[in-house]
Amino acid sequence: MTGLALDISLTVNGETFNERIEPRQTLVDFLRDNLSLTGSHVGCEHGVCGACTVRVDGAIVRGCLMLAVQCDGSHVETIEGLSDSGEVADLQLAFEQRNALQCGFCTPGMIATAQELLARGGVPSRDEIREHISGNYCRCTGYHAIVDAVEAVAQARNVARAGAEK
Amino acid sequence: MKPAPFAYKKARSLDEAIALLGEHKDARLLAGGQSLIATLNMRLSSPNVLIDINGIGGLDRIEEKSGAVEIGALVRHVQAERSEIIAKLVPLIARAMPYIGHPAIRNRGTLGGSIAFADPAAELPACLLALDGEVDATGPKGKRTIKTANFFTGLFETALGPQEILTAIRIPVANKETRVGFAELARRHGDYAIVGLAASARSDGKGLKDVRLSFFGAGDTPSRSRDAETALESGDVDAAVDALNLEPHDDVQATGATKKHLAGVLLRRVAQQLMEPRA
Repeated sequence: MTGLALDISLTVNGETFNERIEPRQTLVDFLRDNLSLTGSHVGCEHGVCGACTVRVDGAIVRGCLMLAVQCDGSHVETIEGLSDSGEVADLQLAFEQRNALQCGFCTPGMIATAQELLARGGVPSRDEIREHISGNYCRCTGYHAIVDAVEAVAQARNVARAGAEK
Repeated sequence: MKPAPFAYKKARSLDEAIALLGEHKDARLLAGGQSLIATLNMRLSSPNVLIDINGIGGLDRIEEKSGAVEIGALVRHVQAERSEIIAKLVPLIARAMPYIGHPAIRNRGTLGGSIAFADPAAELPACLLALDGEVDATGPKGKRTIKTANFFTGLFETALGPQEILTAIRIPVANKETRVGFAELARRHGDYAIVGLAASARSDGKGLKDVRLSFFGAGDTPSRSRDAETALESGDVDAAVDALNLEPHDDVQATGATKKHLAGVLLRRVAQQLMEPRA
């Protein structure tokens, strides 16, 4: 620790943490190295690949383009939290069933990104799905299956919503 | 890579941020951070101090004020994308917004940051030039307004002084005669443009007047092509393409000659958009 370190307090997946950190530590490195939440992946480290996508105060962000020190007082959700709460269980199942992951490196970011689109409601077109995940690289190039999975979940959720309203 | 060490100061007011800029000569302002933190990670920049301005109140508003729309420096791209005021009164910005980065980037990035960073391949500086907008800046000597034509002075360089902070941009509202056009070519949707074009004009029923063509990714700053504008005002798209006096440099994406050719392709597309009746 240098003399530059600062104290922060934040909530990660519902749990409060008080930590002393270096300002230069990015959010994704803080989550992985300090909290051992290794579901968020470090890919390009300059905002291009989307593997580090997490949710801060309800909106998805690049974990490599936010500093941990900026998250003082924030609520952060990672794939571990989204997974444990069951919020993305249907997306995870659809990815598995449709072979929408091969090596799995991009998957946590893909799921968090897709969930933001689907949470708006309705059934997005395939073009809208592609545009929404355009900031997430899959180097196994399994995009088609990923779009299939997201589309299938959007349709299933829409049917479930319509059923609930009846 | 990881950023080099720096100190972090969170400013609670504009005065505090200006004072911090005076105290620390090698400081950078942190707004959305979507360009700055990438450059820190790549160690293209290594300031001693980051001054976080996200906690300064009152800079996140979009308001209509006496014939113009004023957009606070800390308005995030997502906020502009969903703004009814911008959709109705600044349609060029609304049209450009989906081209800027990706959803996760637009959730954090700010309009003020994008203008102040002055990336030559970025969309918003070119839009501001096409719309003849203004920039408000505040420094130790108070507030001043800078016309866009005088704001972008070079590659990543602006007219902002070392202790000045961009606080808002102001754009004249569109009316019934206003026509806008936007097109961009990028390797992947949301990436920085290989070349792009933001344009505005007035329609007098028969043709176009006051055409402003603002190219990006085609020079050190967003740049207009006056001869092409004049040709388009006389309704001759072929002549406008021939008159393009851009001299783009080669870069990692394309050679200057390719960029110049693509600028002509975009000009034809945007000319069509400008001539369409307004929806």
